[in-house]
Order: sequence, then C-alpha cells, then structure tokens
Amino acid sequence: MIDRLSLYFQYPFVKYALLVGVLIALCCSLLGVTLVLKRFSFIGDGLSHVAFGAMAVAAVLNLTNQMLVVFPITVLAAVLLLRGSQNKKIKGDASLAMISVGALALGYLLLNVFSTSTNIAGDVCTTLFGSTSILTLNLGDVWLCIIMSVVVLVMFVLFYHKIFAVTFDESFAKATGIKADSYNLMLSVITAAIIVLAMKLVGSLLISALIIFPPISAMRVFKSFWLVMAASAVIAVVCAVAGMLISILAAAPVGATIVAVNIVVFLLFSLFSVVVLKQ
Amino acid sequence: MLQLKCQDVSLGYEGKTIIKHLNFQVGAGDYLYIVGENGTGKSTLIKTLLGLRPPLEGEIEFADRLKPTEIGYLPQQTQIQRDFPASVWEVVLSGNLNTTGLRPFYKKAEKERAEMNMEKLGILDYKKRCYRDLSGGQQQRVLLARALCATGKMLLLDEPVAGLDPKITNEMYELIQKLNQEGITIIMVSHDMAAACKYADHILHIAHKPLFFGTKEDYLKTDTGKAFTELVKMEAIGEDEDD
Repeated sequence: MIDRLSLYFQYPFVKYALLVGVLIALCCSLLGVTLVLKRFSFIGDGLSHVAFGAMAVAAVLNLTNQMLVVFPITVLAAVLLLRGSQNKKIKGDASLAMISVGALALGYLLLNVFSTSTNIAGDVCTTLFGSTSILTLNLGDVWLCIIMSVVVLVMFVLFYHKIFAVTFDESFAKATGIKADSYNLMLSVITAAIIVLAMKLVGSLLISALIIFPPISAMRVFKSFWLVMAASAVIAVVCAVAGMLISILAAAPVGATIVAVNIVVFLLFSLFSVVVLKQ
Repeated sequence: MLQLKCQDVSLGYEGKTIIKHLNFQVGAGDYLYIVGENGTGKSTLIKTLLGLRPPLEGEIEFADRLKPTEIGYLPQQTQIQRDFPASVWEVVLSGNLNTTGLRPFYKKAEKERAEMNMEKLGILDYKKRCYRDLSGGQQQRVLLARALCATGKMLLLDEPVAGLDPKITNEMYELIQKLNQEGITIIMVSHDMAAACKYADHILHIAHKPLFFGTKEDYLKTDTGKAFTELVKMEAIGEDEDD
C-alpha cells in the first residue's frame, strides 16, 4: 500500500491535489464555524448552486477563463443573499431555496441546449460531484488556492475577536462600534471565493459538507469558540487527507470520499459526546 | 453632572417618524426607566442612543466625556446565543472591543478588567464554563459583566429580566441597583411598571409621543402614572386569584 502511494506521489498533480484539498478544507472549516453559528449553513449550498449556474454560462460562452464569469456572479449572489436575509418580503430561507434551485435548473438547461460538448452528462457530473477534476489542476490553480488560503487565515488571525463578537451578538458588537455589516460582507465575499475554488475539489453539490461537517463535529465535543475553531480546522484537514488517500487507493471519487470520512468523524464525535460527556 | 441630553428629537426610520419632540436628560448616577407598550419606539430609541441610527430631527448631546460606543449595552438574548459554544471568559472579554481598535489581541489591563467585573458579579468561578450550559440568570450576569467591560459610566439595559423566574428577577434588580449605587448611570428599558416604581429615580414614558419625563414621584401623580399603578394592582389581584 505504501509502495502504491509513493508511486502516486511521484506525480506532481497528485501532490497539487493533496495540497489544494487540504487548504480548501481548512478555509471551509474556519468559515463554516461562523456560518453554522449564524444559521447561515445553507448559504454555502445556495452559493455553490449559483456557481454551477455561472459555470454553465461560462461553458456555453466558450470562455477560456471561466473564473471571469463564475467568480463575480457568485460574489454578487453572496452579497444579495445576505441582504435578503434582512429583507422580510421573502423569507430568508425561501429566497435562498429559490436562488439555489433556480440556478441549478437554468445551468443544466443552458448546458443541454447550447453546449457543443459531446459528453454533456459527463460534464454535468464533473461539475456537480467534482470526480476527477482535482487531478487536472495546473500550477495557476494551486497558487490561487495558496493565496486565497493565506487571505482567509490572515483575516481570521487579525479579526478573530471581532468575528467572535459579531457571530455571538451582533447588537452588542454594533453598540461597541464594530462595523458588523462590513464583517458580514467580508465573510460572505470570502465564502463565495472559497466555494468557487472548492468546486474543483468536491464539486458544487458537496461543498457545503466541507463547510458544515467539521464545525458541527467540533461543537459536539468542545465548549469554547477558540477550541471549536481549532478542532474544526484539525478535523477538516485530517478528513481531507484521509479522504484523498483512500480515494486514490480505492479508485473512489475524491469529493464523495472526503465527505464520507467527515460523516464518520461526525458520528464518532457524537458518540463520544453522548457516551463520555453525557450530553 | 449631565451625561446625555435629548433636545426636541424625532426618531424613526426610512422617512417614517415614530416619536416626535422627545426631550429628556440623564445625569451621572441617575436611574432612568424608559417605559411604554411594545412597538412605540423603545427599540428605535435604544438604537439612536447607541449611535446606530441618526435621529430624524434634533440632537442627542453627550457630555461628561461619554461616547455612544462607551455605553455598556445589555441587549435582549437571541436564539443564536442559547446554544453557542463560547466560554464565559470569551464572552466577557469581548466587552473590551470598543477600546481595542484594529489591535488583534487583548492587553493585560483589558483582561484584568474582565476578571474584576466577573468577580463583582460573582461569576468568576464560571470563567471556563460554557455559556450555553448556564442558567438564564447566570447568562444575564455574564452579559452584564461584558457590558461593564465596555463602560465605566452608563449601562443601557433592554428588558434584562425577560424570561427569568421571580426570584432570579429580584436578584437581577438588586444587582443593578447595587451597580447604580456604586455610581453607574442606569437606563433601563422595560414594561415592568412595578419595578420602575420601586427602583427608578426618573421615568420616561413613551407611546408614539413623549407622555412624560421627570422624577418617579411626579410621574406617580400624573393620570397615566395613576392608571398604570392601578393596572399593576389589578394584575397583582388577578394573579392572586389565579393561584
């Protein structure tokens, strides 16, 4: 088994995949803690569907650099969704569901009607579930991921206490002079950016698993914000590495395997919290 | 000494006026109750006092070197907080954020301040406990300690006893009174008239327009004051009959 792994790791694309996978999982888990606690778990899901729709538009337009379309549309959707959750005309969850399935349907429609590709089903499946696209990363993708991860980490280090305050109690944070709306905007824009990157790793349907599972597992056991953050990051990295190694050895789809490992960890943590901590 | 003065202020949002011609002032060490039915502009007034929303007309003046961000605010609890994984220490410490600016860490003095306020409110033993595991009364003490970290002068409390049982409610009122006696100005937003009559020295009664501002003694002589106290008595009788 070790022999087989070391054979695989001679290829640069396997190393790239592992590096990018770990970085994306790390960023998703950190953002996930605040998103889950603010009851915004589904924003990740909605945004990933929007990113899928945008990807379909880019594919139909035959753009060489799809990011130019996907990135701005997803960021815009993130901003609108956050605004929407404060607007009471259409309830937050309903507008989210509307945008989410709407983008999915329109994306699939566009791909079917206008696409020049001969393997539409394969293309759709790759975008939705990631399958092998993580093994086709080029050096540019890897650098983009490294830069984005550094941005996310620096943001969390510099603004950790403010992010805590805004997540725990927005009214109080505003009263003490913290620009809570700016922090919310910053978090949602960065979430959108990470989701666009993560599409290559796990595909757009499974991204929210990377956002939700590590924080939820961590919250079952740990009882301070700091420990939940740290544990969530560790869980995400361990699950990403384990999932990718297993998928390479078992020739399983990468994204789905990572999510499966996350589910197992969640069940173990839940069991621990019930049996040992008696919660 | 005067700390805060509202002169002919109109409040509202999106061009809609909720209260007009609001006049009142708060001096250092005062205990002001803001009373009134729900939906009459109490929460808009809170937001305006905290500097989160400009008044439509008029001006709110701060004196005694008090800034809106230095008012210690105790907001109503949200659903999010009830199952939030945060230690008591993390919550109380976050009260210092109005002095940290862009600095990403807390200084020693700020940590000592947090410890001092926890000791004052008798929650130092819970320092490492999880906020969500505490009882309602203990949680309010934690939030009060956090508010004290943000201020040395004025506390603004929004329905601080909502959802607490009578015994804990009393303890909370006594605690707030103790803080007031130590020199901290209290602005309490509430519709607990019985408590207002017991603890306040000034009362501001609003109902879309300012009905009354003045001392408690004068308030109890007005028609609304009398009506309210009658109501309180009747409610008390009603509750007795229920038992």
